[in-house]
Order: sequence, then C-alpha cells, then structure tokens
Amino acid sequence: MSADRSPVDAVRPGDTEPAPVRFYQVASFAAGNRLLDPEQRTIQADVGRASSLTSGHRACQGCGEALGARYVLDAAMRATGGRMVAVNATGCLEVFSTPYPETAWQAPWLHSLFGNAPAVAAGVAAAFRAKGRDDVRVVGQAGDGGSVDIGLGCLSGMFERNDDVLFICYDNEAYMNTGVQRSGATPPAARTATTEALGQEPGNPFGQGKNMPMIAMAHGISYVATATVADLHDLEAKVVKAMSFRGARYMHVLVPCPLGWGAAPRDMVRLARLAKECGLFPVFEAEHAQITGVSKIRKVAPVEDYLRLQGRYRHLFGSKETGGSPGRPDIVARLQAIADANIAKFGLLDEARSDHVLDDPVDHRSDGGDAVDHRLDSGGARLDESAPERVRRG
Amino acid sequence: MLRQIEGSKAVAEVVALCRPEVICAYPISPQTHIIEALGAKVKGGELAPCEMLNVESEFAAMSVLIGASAAGARTYTATASQGLLFMIEAVYNAAGLGLPVVMTLANRAIGAPINIWNDHSDAMAVRDSGWVQLFAETNQEAADLHVLAFRLAEEVSLPVMVCMDGYVLTHAFERVDIASREQVDGFLPRYVPRQVLDPDEPVSIGAMVGPEAFEEVRYLAHVRQLQALRHIAEVASELTEVLGRPVGGLISEYRLDGAETVVMAMGSVLGTIKDTVDALRDSGMPIGVVGITSFRPFPSESIRAAVQAAKRVVVLEKAFSIGFGGVLSTDIAMALTGSLIPVSTIVAGLGGRPITQQSLASVLRAGHLDELESVTFLDLKRDLIDKELARMSDRRRSGPMAENVLRDVGVIGSSMH
Repeated sequence: MSADRSPVDAVRPGDTEPAPVRFYQVASFAAGNRLLDPEQRTIQADVGRASSLTSGHRACQGCGEALGARYVLDAAMRATGGRMVAVNATGCLEVFSTPYPETAWQAPWLHSLFGNAPAVAAGVAAAFRAKGRDDVRVVGQAGDGGSVDIGLGCLSGMFERNDDVLFICYDNEAYMNTGVQRSGATPPAARTATTEALGQEPGNPFGQGKNMPMIAMAHGISYVATATVADLHDLEAKVVKAMSFRGARYMHVLVPCPLGWGAAPRDMVRLARLAKECGLFPVFEAEHAQITGVSKIRKVAPVEDYLRLQGRYRHLFGSKETGGSPGRPDIVARLQAIADANIAKFGLLDEARSDHVLDDPVDHRSDGGDAVDHRLDSGGARLDESAPERVRRG
Repeated sequence: MLRQIEGSKAVAEVVALCRPEVICAYPISPQTHIIEALGAKVKGGELAPCEMLNVESEFAAMSVLIGASAAGARTYTATASQGLLFMIEAVYNAAGLGLPVVMTLANRAIGAPINIWNDHSDAMAVRDSGWVQLFAETNQEAADLHVLAFRLAEEVSLPVMVCMDGYVLTHAFERVDIASREQVDGFLPRYVPRQVLDPDEPVSIGAMVGPEAFEEVRYLAHVRQLQALRHIAEVASELTEVLGRPVGGLISEYRLDGAETVVMAMGSVLGTIKDTVDALRDSGMPIGVVGITSFRPFPSESIRAAVQAAKRVVVLEKAFSIGFGGVLSTDIAMALTGSLIPVSTIVAGLGGRPITQQSLASVLRAGHLDELESVTFLDLKRDLIDKELARMSDRRRSGPMAENVLRDVGVIGSSMH
C-alpha cells in the first residue's frame, strides 16, 4: 500500500465512474495513519520505529503500561537518533519485560531497585557527561509507586539537581504488580486490596494522595507534562518535545490496568480517554513551573461514565452484587466535584465551543479521539486556586 | 611524597590519583572530610572530567553510582554507620550486578542509641552483601588500600569497601606517604567494563532471575569472591613493589614465632594490641598477633596456616552479634574447624569505648591461662547493668533504657571520652 495515497477519495475497482468514498473523521487521528499527512503520522507508523519494547513480553491483555512504554521509548529513540539508555524501577514493566533470556528490550536497559530509578538514571547521565558522550540521552521510568511513593526522594533529588534525565511515571493508580494495593496515586473511593470497599467511606479515603505533576512543577524543572494512552499522538509529541530540553524533565502518563481497575482489556484506551474527558485526569504541559498548554475536553463526560466501567468503583453503584442497594450517589457526586474543580482550575473546556455540556449523550466507544490541534494555550493557568475539596489532581 | 596529613585527606588525595569519573556521596560523620576534600578537587577542575553529585541520601548515592558504573565510569563514594544502613538495599544491588564501585567506610557504631564514635557494627551489617571488605590498620594502609581497591574491583567486577576506623583514623593527623601520580597510573589501568550500557551494543542489565538460575548466579558471586582472595594477595604484592612499602594483603602477622596464644583483630586496634603484646612478650609470654585485612573474602586458609602451631586464639572485635556472640570470631572458629584450637572472643571498643593497654594486658593474660569465658566484654560496667536490670524487674514502666543508664553514669553526653 502506498503511503502517499490520497487520503480523501478512492476508486472502487470495476466502477465505470469514480464513486467518491467519503472518509469520516478526517480531522481525527483515530481515522488511522493512512489518512494523515506523513508528518502527522505516529512514530509507531514508521517501519523504521525502534520497537524498544518489542513483542513477546508478558504484560496482561490490554495493559496500558505496555502500550505507553512502547510509544514513549520509541518516541525518545526517534528524538535521540537511537542514542538512548533506559533505566527502569522494579514493577510490572520491569517484570513483564524480562525475565531473561526473554528480555523485550531492544534499547540498552538497566534495572536496579524499586525506589532508586531516578538516581540510577542520574548516575548514567553523569557517567556519559564525564565521558564527554553528550549524544547519549537517558530516560528513567517507573510506575506510580516507584515515582510518587518509594521513589519520591530520589525523584525529587533528580529534579532538584536538574540531572539530564526524562523521567516517566506510568500511573495505573495502585501497586498492581504486588496485587493491587493502594499507592499515593490511588484516587478517592477506589477499591484496592488495602482499601477495600467496606465501611462508611468504602475504598480509598478522600483527602489523601499526591499530585505528582504539580510536585514536579514546583521544582521549577524545564518540562512537565501529563498524557494518557488514549491520545498517542499527544504522548509521542510530548516525549519528542521533552527530549528537546536538557536537564530534569517529567512526564506523568495515565495507563489503565485491566487487573487493578477491574475493567475489560478492550476498554483500556476508552477508560484513559474518559479519565481525561470527565476532568479527573487533566492533560497539560508546563515549562519552568508555568502551565503552557492544556488538552481541552472534546465532549465532557460525567464521571459516572468513567466509574461505571470499572470494578474498583462497583460499590458506588446499585446492582445485584450490592444486594439491590442504591449505591453511593453521594460519593459519585464528590468525585464529580473533583472533576468539575479540575475543569475550572485547568481551563479544560474550550470556551469557543458550546456543545460539551454535561448531559450530552456521548458514545465514547465510537469516539475517535481528539481533534488534531486540541492543545490550545490556556494562557497559563494559575496553580493556587482553591478547590472545593482537597483532591489529588485538582 | 611524605606528608603530615589527616587520614581523611590522605584518602581523598589517593582517590583523586585513581582518576574517578563519578563521585557521589551524602554527608555523615566521620566520613565528611573525605568527600569535602574530593568535592574541592572536582569543583576546582583538578579532577576533570570527573562529575560529583551531592545527593539527598546514601541510598541515592549508591544508586547514582550503580547507574554510573553500569555506564562504564570509575565510581567512588564514602559513608559510615546509619548511612551504610540507609543505602543497604543498593549496597547489595551493586554487588549483585557485579559493579566495581569503591567505597570508604569510616567505621562507626549503629544506633539506637545514636552514637557517632567508632566500632565495626556497620561493616558487619553488610558482610553478606557480596562486597569485598578490606580493613586498614593505619592511615598509610588506608591510603594505599584505595589504590588496591580500584584495581581489584575492576579486575574481578566486584565492589570493594575500604574500612577505616572513624575518628581514630579518619581524623588522625600523622605521617602518610602519598603515592605519586606515576606510581598510581602505572599500577591502575584504564577501567574496561565487562558489561556496559551502550546504544551501539544494547544489553539488558538487571533482569529478573527465577529459581532456575538464581543459585548459579549467586554461586558465581561466591566464586568471584574466592578469585578475589588470590587477586588480593597478588595485587598487594605488586603494589608493595611499586610503592616500596608493605601494602596489606589478606592478613598481617606479628611476633608469631613460638606464639602459643594468637590475638586476632581488624583495624586500628591492632596498634594497641601490638604494643600490649610487646610488653607481654617482654614478660616472657609467648603471644603473637594476626591482623585480618581482608574480611570478605575471608582468608580461612591463611588464618589456618598462621596459627597452626598455636594453642589458642583470642579474637578481639569491635562488634558482636546480639543474642549470640562474636562475628569475626565465628568466622575464625569456622576457619579453624577440625584444628582443635579453642577460640575465645573479647568484645571491645563499642561506640568508641577506649581500649587501653592495661585492660588488654589483663584480659590477654587471662586468655593465655585459658581463664577467659567464651565471650568477654572488655571493661563492662557491671554495676550500671545491674541497676537497670533491677529497675526493669521492679516496675513495668521502667522508662527508656539508654537514658536511665546515662542518668546513672551521671554524665550528660559522652564528654568524658
């Protein structure tokens, strides 16, 4: 198939007259790489992609982290011309991508411990600097536990010293590798193995947790961005942009987990999109502690659309499993308030549009994704606005 | 070049001569003077292109060096006591990965109770980590052992820890002959790693190993430690030749001719022991000394050979295994299995308690007469122990132990030392 074929019209063989074939969603990345201009195609669409995390690894079906890591590292490989070293914390990504001899890593890769990946990555960068090898760049990666909890000391140190490392947190919002225990990135009300859906406030308590992107920004580092695996063009673009900076950089990528979230593997990308579209996971980027852009919500989804797909929130809704109980609409409302606060704080709605009202029926299953130029400059959202409830991402 | 110099500064001078490429440390007494001196050399450009990272913890310090070493750099750090314990997960990791990091351990007690003075509890806490552990008797030896450490570490791809007594050595000013640049350059070749993170030849390092191969990988670590035994002896004799003075190998022997009682110890206390043994020899007692330089790998064969004619071994050590007894003496007893030579233990110098010749002479006399219990605590203030035990049996809420004992001592802090 020619990569340069016209994206809009096609001719059916045998037709006497060219019958125009109408492609819908030509303004959307979801229509597929074939229909995009070459410069808009993903790095994954390139036959010369690095396949840094190649096939054959042991991630679960639908794993958001495997998807995210592949896109992140291949984008970093593209940006560095293949001159890249990856450092990994202990966790799902490390475990499913080895055990040896079945390593899935095509790039030079080092795993040391759970809590030290940022420091190890800083050490790799220091060694290359001492050797005058400034062509080789370093990417560190960890899950949310390895970033916001056990690795936070080392991560903060790496930020503060401005070590030349891009650090990626693949956030699936709990310790999935050890069996879904609560982390400092677990959202309120989510059931985990250590925050069971029991008692008056079932699941993870409200008023706890860390906002790691904001913590990273507070260090004044050159680049901080959030992203999800629902918008892979955005993810790749941010990695490429991050690699254009020197010094410490941080990306926080939401990667849904079928096991921990209790959701169908086929729904992982959909969930990542809903997390962004409902406002619970603001997608933005920042330079030197200033927000420089937010991904606008295309069609606002009620948080309920996002929550209902996930077993970890099952206790919030009436069902046979809950003995016909009405569920906990009060808790759903508190989560909705968090989402609303995020929308206000980050300016997630495009004021020029009027069609994204809350009760707009949105079929996210067929929703192709965000418009191409969705990353509008927010004009620098303020970080100190008070939210109605102390929330992790608000 | 002969210099009147502080032990820490002497070590820093020698480490600088070894051309480290990445130095990373976190401050803890009594290690600070070493990294301060190296920091000045890096900052002043003397060590260029060396990178020095001031990190947020010892755990980060060792982690940075794991990354740097895996990327092919010659790496160095220094720590002590709580710092070593805080980095312990990375200490094991560096050894498991086979990365030749060199570390100075300024030996210091471990709390609680918090105590900044010298003993060997910190080194003993990581004896099973897979690191080579060398103990310096003097500042001269401490300085020279660092040259040996880099060569050894890189030859066998194992991390090496040079242990020197905190304050007793690190802060002591004395005459040290610092090796010359030519001597070090001639002895220490450029570091060529066995494994390296290289975009041109990508490898995965640190993969998961299951039951199918874990024992073999661990056994290989053991094999390389045993290889290091041979290397230490060879490298030490080569360095002895280069420097024109003896550089510690596996063990050191002192007045063993006809010795019926052999005292064994590690570190700076060997000086006091030798003085005491001189006096005891003068009084006609057949007694000698074996100093253990290489604690890991443990030189069992050399120890057996050194004491084959002895009637007893007395081990003096600055650490003990709580609830059991000596640590070093357990290893020595194991080395002497089948020899029928009895081994007794003297625990001394904990938390900086002075080890005096007078006390030593009396306990060694008892040892020579086979009158020692299997474990003896030197200069233990029994009255303080009894008072606290009485308090504890008197009432349930007897209060914090250390503070009670201090109150009985009647001294705030430890200013008497």
